[in-house]
Amino acid sequence: MGANHHHETFPWKHIVGFILSLVLTFIALWVALSSGWTIKAILGVIVTLAVLQAALQLFMFMHMTESDSGRVQTINMLYSFFIAVVVVAGSIWVMWFVL
Amino acid sequence: MAEAAHQYDETMPLEYRTEESRLNILGFWIFLGAEVVLFATLFATYLVLFQRTGSGPTTSDLFEIKDVMIETLLLLTSSFTCGLAVFEMRRRRLSGLLTWLLVTLLLGAGFITFEIREFIHYVHEGATIQTSAFLSSFFVLVGTHGAHVSLGICWMILIIIQLLQRGFTPRTARKVFIVSLYWHFLDVVWIFIFTLVYLTGMVM
Amino acid sequence: MKWSEFFVTGEPLIYAADVAIVLTVIGIVFVLTYFKKWKWLWDEWLTTVDHKKIGVMYIISAVLMLFRGGVDALLMRAQLTAPNMKFLNSEHYNEIFTTHGTIMILFMAMPFIIGLMNIVVPLQIGARDVAYPYLNALSFWLFFVGAMLFNISFVIGGSPNAGWTSYFPLAGNEFSPGVGNNYYAVALQISGIGTLMTGINFLVTILKMRAPGMTLMRMPMFTWTILITCVLIIFAFPVLTVALALMTFDRLFDTQFFTMANGGMSMLWANLFWIWGHPEVYIVILPSFGIFSEVVSTFARKRLFGYKAMVYSIVGIAFLSFIVWVHHFFTMGAGAAVNSVFSITTMAIAVPTGVKIFNWLFTLRKGKIRFTTAMLWSLAFIPNFVIGGVTGVMLAMAAADYQYHNSYFLIAHFHYVLIAGTVFACFAGLHYWYPKMFGHILNERLGKWTFWLFMIGFNICFFPMYFLGLMGMTRRMYTYSEGLGWTPLNVVASVGAVLMGIGFIVLCYNIYYSARYGERDMTGDPWDGRTLEWATSSPVAHYNFAITPEVKDLDAYWEMKKSGKGFEIDEEKLKPIHMPSNSGRPFLISIAFFFAGFGLVFKWFWLAIIATIFIALGLILRSFDDDDGYYISVDEIKRTERLSGKGA
Repeated sequence: MGANHHHETFPWKHIVGFILSLVLTFIALWVALSSGWTIKAILGVIVTLAVLQAALQLFMFMHMTESDSGRVQTINMLYSFFIAVVVVAGSIWVMWFVL
Repeated sequence: MAEAAHQYDETMPLEYRTEESRLNILGFWIFLGAEVVLFATLFATYLVLFQRTGSGPTTSDLFEIKDVMIETLLLLTSSFTCGLAVFEMRRRRLSGLLTWLLVTLLLGAGFITFEIREFIHYVHEGATIQTSAFLSSFFVLVGTHGAHVSLGICWMILIIIQLLQRGFTPRTARKVFIVSLYWHFLDVVWIFIFTLVYLTGMVM
Repeated sequence: MKWSEFFVTGEPLIYAADVAIVLTVIGIVFVLTYFKKWKWLWDEWLTTVDHKKIGVMYIISAVLMLFRGGVDALLMRAQLTAPNMKFLNSEHYNEIFTTHGTIMILFMAMPFIIGLMNIVVPLQIGARDVAYPYLNALSFWLFFVGAMLFNISFVIGGSPNAGWTSYFPLAGNEFSPGVGNNYYAVALQISGIGTLMTGINFLVTILKMRAPGMTLMRMPMFTWTILITCVLIIFAFPVLTVALALMTFDRLFDTQFFTMANGGMSMLWANLFWIWGHPEVYIVILPSFGIFSEVVSTFARKRLFGYKAMVYSIVGIAFLSFIVWVHHFFTMGAGAAVNSVFSITTMAIAVPTGVKIFNWLFTLRKGKIRFTTAMLWSLAFIPNFVIGGVTGVMLAMAAADYQYHNSYFLIAHFHYVLIAGTVFACFAGLHYWYPKMFGHILNERLGKWTFWLFMIGFNICFFPMYFLGLMGMTRRMYTYSEGLGWTPLNVVASVGAVLMGIGFIVLCYNIYYSARYGERDMTGDPWDGRTLEWATSSPVAHYNFAITPEVKDLDAYWEMKKSGKGFEIDEEKLKPIHMPSNSGRPFLISIAFFFAGFGLVFKWFWLAIIATIFIALGLILRSFDDDDGYYISVDEIKRTERLSGKGA
């Protein structure tokens, strides 16, 4: 339930979320352009950072788990990410032979 | 619809008070699930095609980190201010809500302006949507996101008008909440565009 | 553009169709005007948001499309009956197999199923309507204008001709100039948007609007299958949306997604198409499983055997159906690793389906079986579908598939699955739920005639095709030469097709005959049913349930009857019922969609832009609309219930 928001007078959760998302963005930027790691490592790290940041938005800004449908909303998002991974990774894998 | 459509539950935030609102919010979440798959398909297309540049420019020829970072920061901040708008709504402060919505909208408009400038710049360099498979998929992926943001701006304007006309009602509160979901979601998509299109494009 | 290019010319068949279309339109306008029915049409149908009426409109559209797709099929069979036929030329044949496939899957099977689910699901879960009645009307009208846009292609501008899969590069501008394939891209897009909204609507309806006491594990099996179907729709249709959009861009704006130069990759289309396409197969087959489950358990007078196993197996399909798509193009060359993995997942998905076959068989075991028409369709489904399924597993073996691929063996396989699965189910469901829609029963004698003609015709038509395939006949060939030995089996197949056509005509006559002379259903429960829809009167009052039923068991209405009470309506407990208002806007917005689509097809962008402005206007008006619906008074509910014989 999001009812507890009534009692807060300062949007701590939002500010923390915003700062974290900025930090994650700049880490990704640094990793990609200045770290000098291998391409595989860079890709692995920046994709992980993106997933973390997406989760941040879902939980801290979008209140995904609140309301009596919180469970359905969460399952819905997890399932859609599952399909997204299948579509993206699957397409790349299947079409690899012409890439 | 059930009779419960007009029963109020005082313990909940305004946007959840009617049965109709709860159904609409859940429905919108599920729609966002469909949007995830829609963008996933565009990403899949882009990632399969982005190294197939034909005789046209490649990712590293085109992308410039400064423009991308400006767009990213504008949209990230707008997502934050949109969250503040909902926060103010839950404190029942109409002026705060309207202010933050307006700020969100302006940041969104700034994002769109920079994106359009970026696209025009590419076209001037001879990189159009018809040049290569890479550019077709780039423009359609990033453009679809941009079209979503533009639609979100129009939608927010409609809701601001309704808030000015009607103030807080379960209906207007629900609309604000739903448009905020949409807006945060567009930020989520942008995070992946930033990572998988721009950063990846500059690395590879 | 010249008029001679705008209208399709040159074929006697087309001129006949032109005349038939003009006469039909004049006839409809005349009848509506003569009997002063325009206002009735507008008030009762075009503006309705009632799920039952929307369902009826879906089914009427589906039957019309079955006619259209069936005529296409008969034309193809006529052309293939003998070698070197000159009945259709190759171009015309290409157009006909394209429209046959597209129409049968997207404009016949889907709306038939969606129609049945519109009518039945809210009743089965004890709800007053769906979650978003207004959106439901919009979904229907978008589907409808999409179907109409697709159908006018054969007289205006020319039909699509690249197959229902529209593979590139064939479907690209280079090999398919003209507007035919624009119709495919745009019309499917419009109706696809409607389908996606239906999926969201029914998912929320089923999750949130069930009667008190109806836990997930007490939901009727049909509702369960629709729940999973909605999940498949929601997560598969966006892929089609994108694929069609890319196709549209390639065709209208010369982008390079699927082209042959500048990095384009035509095979990517096949990949995207089938990521949607395979879940789509389950979108039309899962509800069919649900229908058969209801019918078998009702007419065997037994609770469905292995309810839980059934539920788990359809949930399993929700995952598995998304990871098998490559089996549609094993021969593309993705390599041994890719083909092996998708071969295995494909065989795996046969397991949950096999589980269900045993569920139905064990439900029948020791049941007191009544051989109604609906039951006959369901019983025939089992062996016929098994033939389709087993040949499907043969096709699933990637190595063997190199032999079967694109042959008539494949044609026979998917017709055995789709006709014996989906079409039989649509007919079974139509007979079963007909009293709920119209208040009378479809004549059983005529129904059985349809069944035997169609079912025998189906086997005569398609069984030989397995052998034609093994003899080397490939799909989509418009003629063949003598001496290949294919002629006898082709003649047999054509005879079967004609029998199916006669069966369809008997069905249409049955609809007319039953409306005039059919037995009226006074009880609301003509089959001694088990689920909540049979607790309502026939036809159903527009608010569905006067009071919301309480559910105590899986077969809720059966349990009520067992306890000796039935579904009683205590007039003391009646309360005013809240209902959504009708609206003409979904219809008008969809008309604007039609013109926007038409503009895109012909690249008349001014028309597309103007129509899009109207669409936006419709959406804005909706946003400012604060119509809260209306209440039905207790007195009116009492009157309605007494008239139907349900009230005290």
